Amino acid sequence: MADKITLEVARYDPQRHTEPTFEKYEVPFRQDWVILDALNYIKDRLDGSLSYRWSCRMGICGSCGMMVDGEPKLTCATFLSSYAPGPVRVEALRNFPIVRDLVIEMTDFMVKLKKVKPWIVRENEKPISQGEYLQTPEQLENYKQFSMCINCLLCYAACPVYGLDNLFTGPAVIALAQRYNLDSRDVGARERREILSDHEGIWGCTFVGECTEVCPKHVDPAGAIQQYKVDAAIDWFKSFLLPRGAK
Amino acid sequence: MDSSSHDVLLVGGGGAGLRAAIAVAEVNPKLSVAVVSKVYPMRSHTVSAEGGAAGVARPDDSLDEHAYDTISGGDWLCDQDAVEAFVKESREELLQMEHWGCPWSREPDGRIAVRPFGGMKKERTWFAADKTGFHMLHTLFQTSLKYNAITRYDEWFVTKLLVDDGRVQGVVAIELMSGKIQAITSKAVIVCTGGCGKVFPFTTNANIKNGDGMALAYRAGCPLKDMEFVQYHPTGLPFTGILITEAARAEGGYMLNKDGYRYLQDYDLGKPQPGPVLRTMELGPRDRLSQAFVKENEKGRTIEGPYGPVVHLDLRHLGAKLINTKLPFVRELCLKYQNIDPIKELIPVRPVVHYMMGGVHTNMNGATPIKGLYAAGEVACVSINGANRLGSNSLPELLVFGARAGKSAAAFASDQKPAGSAILTQAMDEQRRLEDQFLRKAGGRERVATIREEMQKAVESGAGIYRTAKTLQESANKLQELQGRFLNIALDDHSRTFNTELTSVLELSFMLDVATSIVQCALHRKESRGAHQRTDFPARNDTEYLAHSLVTRKEDGSSQLKYLPVTITRWPPGQRVYGR
Amino acid sequence: MTDKPVYTEFHPRWYRTRVSTYWWLDRTPYVKFILRELSSIFVAFFVVITLLQIRALGQGPQAYPAFQQRLQAPIMIVLNIISLLFVLFHTITWFNLTPKAIVLRVRGRRLPDLLIAAPNYVAWLVVSGLIAWIVTGG
Repeated sequence: MADKITLEVARYDPQRHTEPTFEKYEVPFRQDWVILDALNYIKDRLDGSLSYRWSCRMGICGSCGMMVDGEPKLTCATFLSSYAPGPVRVEALRNFPIVRDLVIEMTDFMVKLKKVKPWIVRENEKPISQGEYLQTPEQLENYKQFSMCINCLLCYAACPVYGLDNLFTGPAVIALAQRYNLDSRDVGARERREILSDHEGIWGCTFVGECTEVCPKHVDPAGAIQQYKVDAAIDWFKSFLLPRGAK
Repeated sequence: MDSSSHDVLLVGGGGAGLRAAIAVAEVNPKLSVAVVSKVYPMRSHTVSAEGGAAGVARPDDSLDEHAYDTISGGDWLCDQDAVEAFVKESREELLQMEHWGCPWSREPDGRIAVRPFGGMKKERTWFAADKTGFHMLHTLFQTSLKYNAITRYDEWFVTKLLVDDGRVQGVVAIELMSGKIQAITSKAVIVCTGGCGKVFPFTTNANIKNGDGMALAYRAGCPLKDMEFVQYHPTGLPFTGILITEAARAEGGYMLNKDGYRYLQDYDLGKPQPGPVLRTMELGPRDRLSQAFVKENEKGRTIEGPYGPVVHLDLRHLGAKLINTKLPFVRELCLKYQNIDPIKELIPVRPVVHYMMGGVHTNMNGATPIKGLYAAGEVACVSINGANRLGSNSLPELLVFGARAGKSAAAFASDQKPAGSAILTQAMDEQRRLEDQFLRKAGGRERVATIREEMQKAVESGAGIYRTAKTLQESANKLQELQGRFLNIALDDHSRTFNTELTSVLELSFMLDVATSIVQCALHRKESRGAHQRTDFPARNDTEYLAHSLVTRKEDGSSQLKYLPVTITRWPPGQRVYGR
Repeated sequence: MTDKPVYTEFHPRWYRTRVSTYWWLDRTPYVKFILRELSSIFVAFFVVITLLQIRALGQGPQAYPAFQQRLQAPIMIVLNIISLLFVLFHTITWFNLTPKAIVLRVRGRRLPDLLIAAPNYVAWLVVSGLIAWIVTGG
C-alpha cells in the first residue's frame, strides 16, 4: 500500500494567468482522509496560496463542491482511497466562472434563488398567539425531500443544459420552488408557476437526470422538475377547461 | 477609498444575524440593513446543529420549569432576569419559525412534536428530524430574501470595528472576490459571528468559527464575559470532531467503556435504566459527561484508538427502524466519515469542544457597554447559559436575542447621525496595516498552520476539561510566545483575488486574542463551576465567585479582569443534582 | 458583492471554460442521454414509413405491393432494424422514467417505482397483442 498520492490541482490567479493550469502535489495517503484533508495538507504545509472554500467538513454546509476526476463531488465526503493509486485531478466546479484556483462565482445561483420566491406565501397570516399551522407527518413528507438541499451546486455542474445555456434556472432553484409549492402552508404556487413556466424555467429541462445522480443529499431535483412539469401542464389545461374553477 | 453606508450592520449571517436583520426590517422598514458575512449565509455554522430547539410546548410544562432547568444546568451563573425573558420568548420565536416555513417534525395530529433532551426535566425540545439547525438556517435565509431593505455583502471579511466619538460607526471589510478593502459605515453594528471552537484542536466547530466577533469587540474596547466557560460535547468522532448529536442519547443510546460497562453510573448520575430517563445517566448534562470521560481515562478504562482515547456509543439495541426514522443523519455521518454502521457497530466517541458559553458582554437587549455595538448568538454572553449550556437552548438563543438585538439596534440607529469623516481616515489606516503587515510583506519565517497548531495544543493542555494554576500559566506563557512569533509570519499568497491565506492569518490573530482571554479568565477563577473545573480548587465558591468574569483591553494592549455579580431573581443558588 | 447586479455579467478576471461541441462524449450518462434524444429521429422515421404505408394502401392494388418491394431493399431492412432498436431504447427509457414524474401515495407511503413503470409495459403488451391479433386476422 503506497503511503503517498499525487493530486493534480487546477490553479488560476487572474493577476498572473490567463487560463487555469495544473500543479502536482504529493500528499500522504491515509485511509480515512478525504480530498479536502489532502487540500488542507497542501495549503498548510506545501503551498499556502491554494484557495478553496470549505467549512463544516461534514457535508451540510455545501461549500466544498469541486470536480474530482471530472465528477462533481463534495470534497469532504470523497475518500482519497477511492482514487488510489492516483493521481487525482481536482478542479473548480464546472459551468461556473472561475474566480481563483478552485473558487467559483455563484452570484447567478443567488439571484435565481431569490426570483422564485423561496418563502412561505400566504394570503393571511395566523397570529403567533394562535399557535402553529397544523401539518400532518404525511403533509410534511410531500415536500421534505426537496427541503434537504444544501445549495452545494453540484447539480449545476452536472447539468448540460446549464452548461450550454447560462440563463437556465437550474435544478436546485426549481427543486426549492417545488418545495414551497408542495408545502401545505403555502399558497404561492401560481405566482411561482408564472415565473418558471418558460423555456428558461422548467421547460428548459430535458430530463438528462444527472443532477439527481450527483446530489449528495438525495434531493432528486430531476424528479422535482418533472413533477413540476406535470403540475404545470395540468394547471394549464384547467385554466381554459375550467376558467373559474382553476386555483 | 470606496465606502457605503447603512443604518444597521450585521457582522455574520448565521441564525442570529439573519434573525436580527429580519427583526430590523420588520420593526422599521425604512432602515437600510447590511448583512456582512465572510461566507455565504447558508454556509454559516448554524447549519450543522442537529438536536433541536427548546420551547415550552406541553400543557404539563411551564416557563418556570424551563427556566429552572436552564439556571441549575448553568450552575447558577445565569442572569435570571435574562433567562426568564428567554424562556417566554423562546416559544414565540419557534412558532414564528414555523410560520416562516420551518419543517418541524409533527405528531400524527399535525401539532409540533417535542422530544426529551439532556438536562431538561420535561420534554420540550422542538426538532426537524435531526437537522434542526440546517432547516432553521435555510428557513431564515430564504425568508430574509423577502426584505428589500436587507443588502447582503456575501464573502466580505470584517477586519476591524470603526469606533469614533465613543460609539461604533461601522466596519472595515475586505471583499474577498476582488481584494478591495473598504469601510462600510453604519449607525449601529450587531456582531453575530458565532463561537471560537477552532481555538481548540478537537472541536465540532467548522473552519470558520475563529472567534472573529469576540476579538473585534475586544479590540474596540468592549469587555468579554465568562470566557473560561468552554463546553465540551461528550460525543464527537475522533479526528474529524464531527458531532454525534445528543439526540442519539435522548433516543436511548448507551455510553460504554472498554469493558462494555455503562460507566456513567459511577459518577452520581443515577442508576442505569433500559430506556432513557431525563436528567440521568446518558441524559445528564454535557459537562458532567465530559468530566466522566477524563476520569475513566485516568483509570485506564477508555479504549485506545488511532487518534487517542475514546469510549463507545452503543445504538445497536435501538433497532434499524428507529435509527432510520429518528437518527438518519447520525447513521449517515458514521457511515460516510468513519465507515461505521451504528445499527451493527459501536461508535467511537470522545469529548470535543462544542460551544462557547462566554463571549461579548451584553445585556438582555443585546447591547454592549459601547454605544452602537450590539451582539447576539453564540458570540454574545447575556448570560443565559451560565457555566454550562443545556442542549437545545442555543438555537432559540439565536432567535430570541437576535430579534432583541435587532430591535434595540434599530431603535438606536433611528436617532443617530451618519458617520463622520474621521472614520474614513481610520479605515485607510487599517487598509495600510493590512497591506504592510501581510500582503506586501517580504521575509518572515513562520507558517500560519504551525502557529495555529501550537496554539491549539497549548490551549487544550492548559485550559481543557480539567485545569490547574500550573497548566494554565504554562498555556499563558506559550500564547504570549506565539503572539510574538505571529509577527514573523510569512504568507505564500500575495494575490488580491480571493486570498484565503490572508483570511486565515487574520483569523489566527483573532484566535490568539481569544485564547489569551480564555486562559486568563480561567487562571483567575479559583473555583470549579459547571464547565470550568480546577483540580486545585475543586469546590464551587458562591461567596467569591457567584459572578461573571469580565476581561477588557486597556489602552496599552494589556488586559484588565473584574467580576460582575450574577443577577438572581427567584431561584437562590442550589446544588446541581442529576439522577435523583 | 450584493445580490442586486445583473447576473452573468461579463467580468474580465473570471475564467469561463468554453463548452466543447463534443461535451456529451465526456461521460457515459451524457452519451446515453444524447442517444435517447436522437432516438426520436428514428421514431419519426417509423411514423413516416407507417404514414406512407397507409397512403400506399389507399392508392389502389398496384401501389402497395410496389411499396412493399421498395421496403425489401437491403438498405431499408438495415435502417428498419436500427430504427426498431432505437425505438425500443426510447420506449424502455421513457417508461422507466415515468416514476420520477408521477408521485402517487397510498396511506402515506410513496408507491414504489416498479408499480408506476409496470402499467406502461402491461399496456404496451396488451395493445401490441391486440394489434397483432387484428393484423394476423384473429
